[in-house]
Amino acid sequence: MKTFELTRANENAQAVSVAAKATTAQQGADIRFIAGGTTLIDLMKLNVETPQKLIDINHLPIAKIENLPGGGLTIGAMVRNSDLAYHPIVRRNYAVLSEALLSGASAQLRNMATTGGNLLQRTRCMYFRDTATPCNKREPGSGCAAITGVNRSLAILGTSEHCIATNPSDMNVALAALEATIHIRGTKGDRTVTIGDFHLLPGNTPHRETVLEPGDLITHVTLPPPALGSRSLYLKLRDRASYEFALASAAVVITVAAGKITRARIALGGVGTKPWRSTEAENELTNQPATQAVFQKAANAALRNAKPQSQNGFKVELANRCLVHALKLATQNA
Amino acid sequence: MSSQRESNETPETPGRGEFGKSTRRTFLSRLGMASLLASAGPIGSALGERPQTEQSLSPESKDAIPVTLHVNGKKYDLRIDPRTTLLDCLREHLHLTGSKKGCDHGQCGACTVHINERRVNSCLCFAAMYQDDDITTIEGLGQPENLHPLQAAFVTHDAYQCGYCTSGQIMSAAALLKEPCGPDDAEVKEFMSGNICRCGAYQNIVNAIQSVRQNGKTPKPA
Repeated sequence: MKTFELTRANENAQAVSVAAKATTAQQGADIRFIAGGTTLIDLMKLNVETPQKLIDINHLPIAKIENLPGGGLTIGAMVRNSDLAYHPIVRRNYAVLSEALLSGASAQLRNMATTGGNLLQRTRCMYFRDTATPCNKREPGSGCAAITGVNRSLAILGTSEHCIATNPSDMNVALAALEATIHIRGTKGDRTVTIGDFHLLPGNTPHRETVLEPGDLITHVTLPPPALGSRSLYLKLRDRASYEFALASAAVVITVAAGKITRARIALGGVGTKPWRSTEAENELTNQPATQAVFQKAANAALRNAKPQSQNGFKVELANRCLVHALKLATQNA
Repeated sequence: MSSQRESNETPETPGRGEFGKSTRRTFLSRLGMASLLASAGPIGSALGERPQTEQSLSPESKDAIPVTLHVNGKKYDLRIDPRTTLLDCLREHLHLTGSKKGCDHGQCGACTVHINERRVNSCLCFAAMYQDDDITTIEGLGQPENLHPLQAAFVTHDAYQCGYCTSGQIMSAAALLKEPCGPDDAEVKEFMSGNICRCGAYQNIVNAIQSVRQNGKTPKPA
């Protein structure tokens, strides 16, 4: 691991002003915030991340979960994944988020990992993690070893000829289906970004994963009030029963009235280069009866543009069935 | 190596064998020290001075910073490199070697300790970030003459083979007792999935944990 200077921020503004001196907030950043450390320290040990300065943000006053006036919820960036997953309001009104969080990582990691950090979780692509191989995300222009290599676990949606790395987060998939808003404090003040706009497609710049700029601090995430009469769930399929990243997952938020779907929000995990909201699937579901045939049409629409690699063609069918089954479970006895 | 000072000046030296006896670890550490000193010459006179045998042989990092940690109810004033993980600090600087290094990437759980009563992977913590916190290791959970019920249950239920993952398993299980874990074995397995056992003692681990959860005290074998 490269040496670094460790500093501690006690106020948001102080954290932003120190981090603003960074050359980038993306891959290769020389100054990094450190929260739970579960991604960053792992990658520092691999020399994939080599910051010269770390700003410890564990003491910032952004660790609360609070009701918003008029419904909705605000989640501080430093709220730990376990605290968020077990929060009574989250369990009651945003089940998909609780289930997604509890399906990810281990109890130890969930006690450490934070809401803001999970939004910035890095890919598990083995070539990104191995500095001996080319990777456009880690080292722009070096090439992608995954496209011609071991790509069984990698993405089938949102890929480019430069990168096929999967976004590994479960939480992000739930936040996409819940239409969360990310609140950021930067050098020019506060701003908000929707979860859909927060993560970037790899395109020609896979090293740029989010819209964050130097100094930008995620302060909190807000969720809109739960849609009246809606149900939500997260279904995750993986190689092991626990403590494993998704091969395919589905986050479903759906409202059914008198047998008809009145509203649906769908996102897929384990298959996209970013948390994959599927408005195509939502359009197939809305104002249709809650039947297997409709679920199948929605899943087909969600995967229509899937582009499998040499080893992950199975994911197209797996994600399709995952979504169909999730829809079936979410609408049972509705 | 860090200079280490326990502020309460307890006469007990970390890393020393129980009841003052030599252990495999202290024996090996003295052996290593002896061979180093034999080749070093001028400082050979230090051979045999007890405190030396308990110190790490690595020199203090030029980047070392002062760090105060609270571990198992004791305060430690140290000078360590900021890169030092909590796991390495516990093992190499405080000589609390019960916490084990398995994968060193948060995947195996052998390094599990409690920070403010919550279980974490100490290999993914920089020690210098936890100066305001209460850290508990397996050494603080129970002692040979006063075992925690889970430690006793692991013995009773033969919940290990090689024992390398055991302290992590027990620290995880001790946290699980206070977490919203359902009553079934399946739920225990889910809650314990962050602790890998290469020997595959899983069923006996579950049995040991369940016996403590069901009895609330030292259990009988299943």
